[in-house]
Amino acid sequence: MSYFSYLFDASRWAGDGGTGQLLLQHLAYTVAAVLIGAVVAIPLGILIGHTGRGGFLVIGLSNAARAIPSIGFLVLVVLLLGTGFGKTVLVLAVLALPAILTATAAGIAGADPDAVYAARALGMTGGQIVRKVEWPLAVPLVVSGLRSATLQVVATATVAAFAAGGGLGQLLISGQRSRDYGQMLAGAVLIAALAVVLDLLIGGVGLLAARRARPRSKTRTPAGVARA
Amino acid sequence: MNLDWRWINRNLGMIGSLTAQHAVLAVLPVLAALVVSVPLGFLVHRTGRAANVILSVLGVVYSIPSLAMFVALPLLLGTSILSPVNIAVALAIYSVALLVRSVVDGLRSVPVAVKQSASAIGFGWFARLVKVELPLAMPVVFAGLRVVTVSNIALVSVAVVVGGGALGQLFDTGFNRNFYTPIIVGLVLTLLLALIADAIILLLQRGTLPWARRRRTA
Repeated sequence: MSYFSYLFDASRWAGDGGTGQLLLQHLAYTVAAVLIGAVVAIPLGILIGHTGRGGFLVIGLSNAARAIPSIGFLVLVVLLLGTGFGKTVLVLAVLALPAILTATAAGIAGADPDAVYAARALGMTGGQIVRKVEWPLAVPLVVSGLRSATLQVVATATVAAFAAGGGLGQLLISGQRSRDYGQMLAGAVLIAALAVVLDLLIGGVGLLAARRARPRSKTRTPAGVARA
Repeated sequence: MNLDWRWINRNLGMIGSLTAQHAVLAVLPVLAALVVSVPLGFLVHRTGRAANVILSVLGVVYSIPSLAMFVALPLLLGTSILSPVNIAVALAIYSVALLVRSVVDGLRSVPVAVKQSASAIGFGWFARLVKVELPLAMPVVFAGLRVVTVSNIALVSVAVVVGGGALGQLFDTGFNRNFYTPIIVGLVLTLLLALIADAIILLLQRGTLPWARRRRTA
């Protein structure tokens, strides 16, 4: 298939602006943005979930995030602030926030009330309850929040090439300009592959986390109980 | 960052037709997906244990970034890269991926006792499905419908990168000319479309499922 020759052309992969570098750049955007998003959203989500206050903020934010066209937001920010790795990452981090925040707040608030009452009855302080009871129970949901945030960022980092350059979206943009469908397709295949691989990877982590959070639901062995 | 009202006035016709195009491109796939997803969701629900596997596969489909889908579809469909058909088909695929899950979740949420009572008073499987299970599953389906419609409206704009994108074209215009007005107009109209579509679905839900009015489905 001639369409796929760009993707499998080794010379296109090497060097400055090569496919390999774009892939790494895309990954760097994604990891940096999700990490920054998590550092802000997880503590905030814990606070909202634990105190039960500010729930309206979470619902409003997650609804608005779904309706905002990421490309419009991106173009606006680039015109206002200019481009650069840091600025692009910051925009992507903002887009990653709602998913992580919603999931963390829901996970903490949804922790089994019996477990929380029991912890309180044992004399745990608020901080201890969060660390030893609510947080471990919330981890699977937090991971699923990180998962949707990662997908959102991988997709939007593609769009970022339109306004700021860099990342795998670059292949789509240059391919479109030079009417090289093979190059566009190479970009599309790699972006889809990156998204699916990251999704499966984080999904796997989520399964492990779920097993740790509720060891007895999957394995009824004494070892599972002891580890909890 | 003042709005240039004269630009808006001069381009009112274009803005209007882009908005209409945007609405059609986003909503048509949802309608098509709904028609497909209800029977498909029922079939998936019926497969029992395999249902979770199928739903995971649909989840993977849903995880493919839209831009990649817009670019790859012409290869499968034989359409031109600039054809709006690519966008409509891509959005329909996402909509099916999410709505099938909603239908399955909805059918799963029907209490066993209700299903057994329906059978006990003489409903056949089809009558039970249409008159009892589906109506009870609808609140969950409506919730999925709202998510899918709103995210479709946001996604249409992304297609501007490959040369389409309805209201997304305003972002391109503004970006190339370093001109804020089209970008703001594009953002506001997209959000407005999403808000209106969401309200219409909510009203439809209230109208068709009066008994679910007090139930929270989000």
